[in-house]
Amino acid sequence: MHFMENIQEITHHHSFDREAGKKEVIRVTVILTVFTLIELALGFWLMGIEAQFMRHLIKGVICILMLAKAFYIVGYFMHLKHELRNMIMTIVVPLLLFFWFIIAFLADGNSYKNLKNKYDPYHLEQSKTKVEAPAHEGGEHPDAKKEGSKE
Amino acid sequence: MAQAVPAEQKWWSGGKSPFNLEYGKLMMWYFLMSDAFTFGAFLISYGTIRFASNGWPDPNKVFQSFPGLGSGYPLAFVSLMTFILIISSVTMVLAVQAGHAMDKKAVVRNLILTIIGGLAFLSCQAWEWTHLHHEGAWWGSNPFLNADGTKASTNFTNFFFTITGFHGFHVFSGVIINIIMLIMTLNDVFERKGHYLMIEKAGLYWHFVDLVWVFVFTCFYLI
Repeated sequence: MHFMENIQEITHHHSFDREAGKKEVIRVTVILTVFTLIELALGFWLMGIEAQFMRHLIKGVICILMLAKAFYIVGYFMHLKHELRNMIMTIVVPLLLFFWFIIAFLADGNSYKNLKNKYDPYHLEQSKTKVEAPAHEGGEHPDAKKEGSKE
Repeated sequence: MAQAVPAEQKWWSGGKSPFNLEYGKLMMWYFLMSDAFTFGAFLISYGTIRFASNGWPDPNKVFQSFPGLGSGYPLAFVSLMTFILIISSVTMVLAVQAGHAMDKKAVVRNLILTIIGGLAFLSCQAWEWTHLHHEGAWWGSNPFLNADGTKASTNFTNFFFTITGFHGFHVFSGVIINIIMLIMTLNDVFERKGHYLMIEKAGLYWHFVDLVWVFVFTCFYLI
């Protein structure tokens, strides 16, 4: 019964001190909570800031905190940190594609915006024209205020 | 840290599990990896469109209502949703750990707490969607202006409802899976099997839902 042997092996391999496990859970929970609170504080701070460079900087910090939270959830809650190295690599290496994915597509979006502003002056003018704010709290039927323009 | 493995341990010589993982759990990992690409594609297309737009609505103006308090509370409601999901992830870890210790009572208790957390999150989302719909937001309809006061396209609401909807559907299916796990635990299915590995697979899925929310929360509400 190979299958049963494997199960035995796995359950033995993972058997750990339950108190230590609980301590780790509490530690990670505190870390996730603190990171989230910092993110929220930065979010509130962001509301009052006009300078573009500062805004980008704060958003960058928020993104780093987001990745740190992801690391703790995957590493500890999903236990990936405690798996075998070869297994971790089969998960993590394909995810490296995201580096290309994010950079290439965001750069493409940015380039599209610049080209469109350059060659379509009407579009640029439209996107600079301020309009009256509609009353949000009216509770009208949504179909009555379809004002989104299709790009 | 990877598990310390003696150098002479021959993982691939047959007779043992080379990744030291049960088949189903390994496949859950690969499913979640592919699901990560699905969500990644959604969020990156959202980012691409946002980068391609001259203006974009200010999330602090759009998401500023709290049930019972009215509007003027940016970030408040979504913070609540975030903490609900984190706490439900914690109770799920505790259920998995209780499963290791073959502690049926603790598994049941923590699974029930996780299910309650999931339902609470879904209720919050239902409220938020209803509220936004009353304000005139839906797929193809965007009542909000860009942050600079110019007219916005419907991209903002389209992406918001599609991505939070897809995430909400994952939460919903996670709750269903957890309910099935609870019923199986109560029927002593895992006691008879001699292990609670199934709870671990459900746990992986549930943590993934929490993980995706970390990204959705940041991309839509914070930045």
